[in-house]
Amino acid sequence: MAIWEVTSRLSDLPDFMFPSFTQVMSTLISGLISGQILIAIGASLSRLLIGFTIASVLGLVLGYLIWRYKIVEDTLGFLVTALQSIPSIVWFPLAIIWFGLNDFAILFIVTLGATWTMIVNATSGFKNVPVLYQRVAKSLGSSGFHFLRTVILPASVPQLISGLRIAWAFSWRALMAGELLGAGVGLGQLLESGRALGQMDLVISVMIIIGVIGTIMDNVLFLRLERSVERKWGIRA
Amino acid sequence: MYLKIEGIEKSFPHKEKGTVKVLDHINLDIEKGQFVSIVGPSGCGKSTMLYLIAGLEKAEQGKISINGKEVKGSGSDRVVVFQEAGLFPWLTVLDNVTYGLLLKKMSKKEAEQKAIEMLKMVHLGNYIDSYPHELSGGMKQRVSIARALVMEPDILLMDEPFAALDEQTRMVLHKELLDIWRKTKVTVLFITHNIREAVLLSQKIVVFATRPGKIKATFKSNDTKDGVMPNDVTLQLEKQILAELQEEIEKVLKEEMGDDYSFKTNSVSRDTSGDMGSHI
Ligand SMILES: Nc1ncnc2c1ncn2[C@@H]1O[C@H](COP(=O)(O)OP(=O)(O)O)[C@@H](O)[C@H]1O
Ligand SMILES: [Mg+2]
Repeated sequence: MAIWEVTSRLSDLPDFMFPSFTQVMSTLISGLISGQILIAIGASLSRLLIGFTIASVLGLVLGYLIWRYKIVEDTLGFLVTALQSIPSIVWFPLAIIWFGLNDFAILFIVTLGATWTMIVNATSGFKNVPVLYQRVAKSLGSSGFHFLRTVILPASVPQLISGLRIAWAFSWRALMAGELLGAGVGLGQLLESGRALGQMDLVISVMIIIGVIGTIMDNVLFLRLERSVERKWGIRA
Repeated sequence: MYLKIEGIEKSFPHKEKGTVKVLDHINLDIEKGQFVSIVGPSGCGKSTMLYLIAGLEKAEQGKISINGKEVKGSGSDRVVVFQEAGLFPWLTVLDNVTYGLLLKKMSKKEAEQKAIEMLKMVHLGNYIDSYPHELSGGMKQRVSIARALVMEPDILLMDEPFAALDEQTRMVLHKELLDIWRKTKVTVLFITHNIREAVLLSQKIVVFATRPGKIKATFKSNDTKDGVMPNDVTLQLEKQILAELQEEIEKVLKEEMGDDYSFKTNSVSRDTSGDMGSHI
């Protein structure tokens, strides 16, 4: 940070192109206080949450169908593997044509970004449930939905969590890309308006926020979740 | 006859051969409250037989009936204890044991009470809130036995339940199992590849031949047992069973190591017969 401060002060670039550290910090803090940045964070995270929830539910349901029915595996399973390799921002032009340049279009690519990964992980999670657990449960009289709820789902939890973690990373990137290009309030949009107004301090402030949120989600939320399951299950020391 | 197994045939798909026959025309009768063991070389279809009775697999031919009623699918009147404990790692010991009870629409309170009682019976009363990974192998297996017994099944199906345990733990569990069997009068079908274990525990011992699995011989064992010490009578029986099995072991070894292999045993000594039995 000291290096940043010094290079910025010494460099020939004007302040609006390469603002100093203190300048960025003051914009960041005043942005947080005025609520401009907070509103953007709220808007972005709520999009993410909605998209992510839809993706998780879709992933579980479709993952279940692929696991359960051979015919679905041969058709949808194959399609998913193919679609998974398309970065979800590529869908954005289509989304704009379908929904217009609005929240829906962004939500669409956010959801899409997470869905494929969730499907793939749910499927492999279900497939890897040890036969032993399945036999134990059946022998004790479990079947149907009870079997799914009390054995297949909980036994896949570790894999589902790592699926969530990867899916989150995809949809987070899709969200930022979508917001940058799209409309409405949001961190990406704030970034874009910072560029348009030539406010580099705002742009860097938002970048910092994005980095912080990303780190918190990944290292705090998902890692904790993973660790707590590992501890409870006794996987690893 | 209580548990009646008639003309069971079972094959599995095989990569090269298409299908391979695992059980060939099995007939077996078991009386209510009887303790019956099946011994045989590994891969001869013992587990498959057990899963058929449990309703976890389906036979191509033949019929299994209990009290005259044909077995169709799994049911908690026949509970399996597997070689590995198979406790659910996401549940506490107590929740593992109440799992089946709650399926019987029993109230949570009643289920927990029963489960705790049963866990005390296997000397694990202090571990009800532990998670499976916090227990030793022997303790896990005791939980899995408690989980099965608490269901008060009519038939307890045990698939090499003690094979993965050390000798000492095994001896303790033998005694506990016999106590429980006497107390509850449950019918037990016990699979093992350890001849001594079979002789020390059971009233009837069924020897399986291999490839395909067939019943080769049946032995009766004396009824008073402590499940621990072999004596002259049981040693004699071990010898007879080993003689029956020798041929089967040879068959397996020849298949695996080539035709020139010959398995040499001519005597069974007091010290080694148990070990020999456990290494087939
Ligand atoms: N689900 C299965 N699919 C294909 N082959 C199987 C399956 N289960 C068991 N087998 C085969 O059937 C034979 C008997 O298995 P098993 O009953 O487990 O033997 P045992 O319990 O006596 O060791 C083995 O050769 C095994 O490879
Ligand atoms: Mg077996």
